[in-house]
Amino acid sequence: MTRPRHVWAKLLLLALCCYFLIPVWWVVVASTKNAEGLFSGTGALWFHGFHLFDNLHALFTFNNGEYLRWLGNSALYAFAGGLGCTVVSVLAGYGFAKFNFRGRNIVFALVLGSVMVPLTALVIPTFVMMSKVGLIDTIWAVILPSLLSPFAVYLMRVYAGASIPDELLDAARIDGAGELRTFWRVALPLMRPGVVTVALLSIVATWNNFFLPLTMLSSSKLYPLTVGIGLWEQLASSNNGGGQSLWNLIIIGSLVSIIPLIIAFLTLQKYWQGGLSVGSLK
Amino acid sequence: MAVETPVNAGTSVPAGLAARGGRVRRGNAGWLFILPFLLVFVAFLVAPLVYAGYLSLWTKGLATGTTFAGIDNYTRAFGDPSFRKGLWFVLKFSVVVIPLQIIVALVAALLLDEITGRLAKFSRLVIFLPYAIPVVLGALMWGFLYSPTFGPIEQIASFFDFRAPFLLSQGNVYYGLLNVVTWQWSGYYMIIIYAALKGIDSTIYEAARIDGATARQIALRVKVPMVSSALALILVFSLIGTLQFFSEPQILRPIANGSITPDFTPNIYAYELAFNYAQFNYASAISFALGFVVFVAVAIFMFVTRKRGSLFT
Repeated sequence: MTRPRHVWAKLLLLALCCYFLIPVWWVVVASTKNAEGLFSGTGALWFHGFHLFDNLHALFTFNNGEYLRWLGNSALYAFAGGLGCTVVSVLAGYGFAKFNFRGRNIVFALVLGSVMVPLTALVIPTFVMMSKVGLIDTIWAVILPSLLSPFAVYLMRVYAGASIPDELLDAARIDGAGELRTFWRVALPLMRPGVVTVALLSIVATWNNFFLPLTMLSSSKLYPLTVGIGLWEQLASSNNGGGQSLWNLIIIGSLVSIIPLIIAFLTLQKYWQGGLSVGSLK
Repeated sequence: MAVETPVNAGTSVPAGLAARGGRVRRGNAGWLFILPFLLVFVAFLVAPLVYAGYLSLWTKGLATGTTFAGIDNYTRAFGDPSFRKGLWFVLKFSVVVIPLQIIVALVAALLLDEITGRLAKFSRLVIFLPYAIPVVLGALMWGFLYSPTFGPIEQIASFFDFRAPFLLSQGNVYYGLLNVVTWQWSGYYMIIIYAALKGIDSTIYEAARIDGATARQIALRVKVPMVSSALALILVFSLIGTLQFFSEPQILRPIANGSITPDFTPNIYAYELAFNYAQFNYASAISFALGFVVFVAVAIFMFVTRKRGSLFT
């Protein structure tokens, strides 16, 4: 390898890193400032006093600790919705990959076609349907629609097809294991990286969701973080003077809410980096 | 679309009577495994879709009550300047943002595939980082950076003694959003391409090198074509995502001083119609019309690339 080219490549990579880090750096810096430091108009990218703990305290106590409530709601929706979605999708992916039942191909073609249906187009009719059965403004209105992910099913089908040898399943069956037992004892351990990837993807999708909870929920005590912070932002920008302290809360609130997922991604690295390739390979 | 061969040669069904007996048992079990998904699928995809279609065929007037409207809502939608304006914006936006994201993702992936070591490892995580940040917060952070009151752009500009453009103003909001979306999604796409690159047998590069190919030629002529199915997958995803554009502009609306209007994108318009004007029938028609546009756009893309990449096979 010639040296100079790699120098340019490395410089380009560094530049990319800077670009991707700027907003995060800004949030970290701004989280340590008080309102005066934030609005002083000098050095937005560098520290000015250290008020991180004051800000954290204000964040967790503002309005009877509604931020913590939102954090809890987000976690609940992400885990219930994301894990539920994973269970449903893994079962379906395995079913599609390893069973040759009548109607399989047509059902799978339908599922694949539905990957192209824009999910937000479904939010408004889902809202009307949910309101008919009285589920609007309950946690179910957010959790139940989150269980649907045709793409996760596709991913798991590909993954199950590639990672579970049929001979192994047949051997388990010959040994007298039932279908559920075969799935649990033989198939599932082999699919683990795929399962972790799908779980991570669907948890992230639910944690990040904005449109669905925004439409389904009206009482702020059920809000997830995304909708809650959006609410604060509206309050802060509608009254410019009194909103000053709220801007601080929004910034520190953003920082706190991005930390859990970053930790999840860092600790589960070796799973998802391998698992994500499944969708693109055949 | 899916081209599924009727008999999957890979599934081992041993010949003979025993196999047939086994197959029936396995058949029923197969349905049991997909049953939970099918319930969710019917309840939250098929039913809302059918219901939206149904709703969109009716119209609700204060004096007249609910009356059958046929395709009136659709002719109204496609003639509605607000819907057309939003649709035009997302189309115009997709044409630039999709190639931009793919280029950033591809360049990053190719660089990471070439370089090893600590910098590469670190960069891979940093570039992927925005994916772990909720879209709402990503948009908000950039909104702060753009802000003339506490963002650095204005400060840096005034240091050099000129006025920085406000990236959310009427004329610049397109570019402001372009940056937000590229920042948010390129890393995710980069990981998909990177994983595909890692899956390539490296003896191919060796062969190309012996034939006298330079590193750049290997990257452009060997690596890029070999990850084309990953690129096609990304393109479809970002097309579907961009046409449904909602969260970023919706979040930046309060701080954009009116340049993000209630009909900025079709989805925002449908949301406004449904929840601020209670026009659920017309909003459903808008959603359905948008869904139709997305479906057609993806179908056209799949048809065009059908011979080259085999996306969903």
